[in-house]
Amino acid sequence: MAAASTENAVRSSNAARVFVYLFLLLFALFYLLPFLIMLLNSLKPLEEITGGGMIALPRQWTIEPWLSAWSTAQIGVQPTGLRPYFMNSIMMAVPAVVMSTVVGALNGYVLTKWRFRGDTLIFGLLLFSCFIPFQIVLIPMARILGILQIAGTTPGLILVHFVYGIGFTTLYFRNYYAAFPTELVRAAQIDGAGFFQIFWRIMLPSSGPIIAVSFIWQFTNIWNDFLFGASFASGDAAPMTVALNNLVNSSTGVREYNVHFAGAIMAAAPTLLVYIVAGRYFVRGLMAGSVKG
Amino acid sequence: MGFLDIDNVTKSYGAVEVLHRVDISVEEGEFLVLVGPSGCGKSTLLNMIAGLEGITSGEIKIRDRVVNGVHPSKRNIAMVFQSYALYPNMTVGQNITFGLEMHGTPKPERERKMKEVAELLQIENLLARKPGQLSGGQRQRVAMGRALVRNPDVFLFDEPLSNLDAKLRVDMRTEIKKLHQKLGTTIVYVTHDQIEAMTLSTRIAVMYDGYVQQLGTPKEIYDSPANLFVATFMGSPAMNVLPARLVEQNGALHAVITDHAGHDLALRIENAPAAYASYKDMPVHLGIRPEAITDPEGADRNARNVQALPNMVTVTEPAGSDTFVTMTVSGKDCIARMRADADVHPGHVFDFAVNMDKAVLFDPKTEDRIA
Repeated sequence: MAAASTENAVRSSNAARVFVYLFLLLFALFYLLPFLIMLLNSLKPLEEITGGGMIALPRQWTIEPWLSAWSTAQIGVQPTGLRPYFMNSIMMAVPAVVMSTVVGALNGYVLTKWRFRGDTLIFGLLLFSCFIPFQIVLIPMARILGILQIAGTTPGLILVHFVYGIGFTTLYFRNYYAAFPTELVRAAQIDGAGFFQIFWRIMLPSSGPIIAVSFIWQFTNIWNDFLFGASFASGDAAPMTVALNNLVNSSTGVREYNVHFAGAIMAAAPTLLVYIVAGRYFVRGLMAGSVKG
Repeated sequence: MGFLDIDNVTKSYGAVEVLHRVDISVEEGEFLVLVGPSGCGKSTLLNMIAGLEGITSGEIKIRDRVVNGVHPSKRNIAMVFQSYALYPNMTVGQNITFGLEMHGTPKPERERKMKEVAELLQIENLLARKPGQLSGGQRQRVAMGRALVRNPDVFLFDEPLSNLDAKLRVDMRTEIKKLHQKLGTTIVYVTHDQIEAMTLSTRIAVMYDGYVQQLGTPKEIYDSPANLFVATFMGSPAMNVLPARLVEQNGALHAVITDHAGHDLALRIENAPAAYASYKDMPVHLGIRPEAITDPEGADRNARNVQALPNMVTVTEPAGSDTFVTMTVSGKDCIARMRADADVHPGHVFDFAVNMDKAVLFDPKTEDRIA
């Protein structure tokens, strides 16, 4: 990455470079400041916040708010902390991400390498799901979950996110596989590989970048979703986002801002982690379809 | 009944017929080259033999077994693709044995066959590498290895050399020919390069516009092209096609052309085929290959009928081994292939010698050769 960016960059004088770095630093600070405030406030006792020291450094450092948010804080009516809901979110996001990625990859494979009459129409219809506002489907979806008797459960949420993820994952994989040489598939056919063998042995091993894109996109969306979580999985099955809301909005007792801050960071941490670990694959994968190396 | 029979095969996409009644019978051990410009249907035909495209009507038989509708992997064929189509995630060794693995060959036998093929193609030291780490020529060898290892009845090559640079292409051409001589396999080879077709094949099918224009040995195709398309497509520089008139003088047929100044010039034709008689006093196209026009000393010693053609030289192009000389005949550019040291100069009249043994005549309307 570094080599590529210096190659494309225009040569600049040292003074200009200092200016550029200062400018970038300023913006980085601007974006990081709210997070810094959150972090600082999650590490100080409540009295320091209520006493007006919101942007001051903690006088007394403590991880008590974190422990409280994780295991003892009042979520709705139960003093369980966010832990069970964090687990709910994991249990929901991981299967939904994996399933929608696998189905998206299969769809992309079929739509590009096993063309059939009307395939572009089907692809077009699949794309609709990327553009339909989720509010529109709330009521039909509630009805379907009711019929399947998984309303208000984690499997119900998995189904919802799986179905609504297919549009995007199909789009990603179709565009990626469109640039994948068809001669490879033909060679594999002559070699005697079947439909799934070609997919498994030839296509998937070359799909690293786009799998990363699909994974990051799906995980971020599903983890951060509030609407579906609040609508279809309230109570014990609620995901992290809904639980965080319940923590912050609980109407009894004192408002423990430091605990709220800690909880908010916990809710954001997994997506942040995914971006830090796999972020560069995200950019690489998005470029892969359009630019030929 | 050949080894590979293509019987009355056609291909249509919807209402558009792209291949019309192709009939080719290939004997065991033959090297058949399908040659033609892009869009002539040669790759479609190859894909139909491979089973990658359906057959609209007619039959394709391999070893007397009709293979219409048989899956590509069950036809006992192997194919080398233009892009080589090596699996990028597998090593060279895995690439070569993938087909065997898919056919359930046990591992020790796979290893043994891989070693044999690697030795044959001299790629033993590459077996652990990935295709991305290979040069064009090495990839080409691996692609051939993948085809060879299955010991197929028929090898199919789809423009295998067109991605290589000029020098490597010539080297690999020789390698393929050597391999064919050594193994005696049956090969169907698609190319748009007429030199590849001439050098490699035992027989050539020249295709154009979905028709097989001519099927024959390289010599037949080169010396007796069936029509104007074949005549001009095969050979480089292309055959000169000159408007002429056929007349009888002193009891012999002559092709009358005009020189640079517009004066008539009659070239005597000996041993004229009987069919020429009916074109007497009619316009024809006179086809002469560049190497049949030389300086008088450079003329073929075995030629029986060499005619003089004094004409003005317009351009000379020394190419090292030969010098190509352009002149104007019957209002058209005509190219002669001279010895490198021939004493020709632009703007001067030179006495060209035309070997009329090699001349052919075409009907201007049907464009077929008159014979």
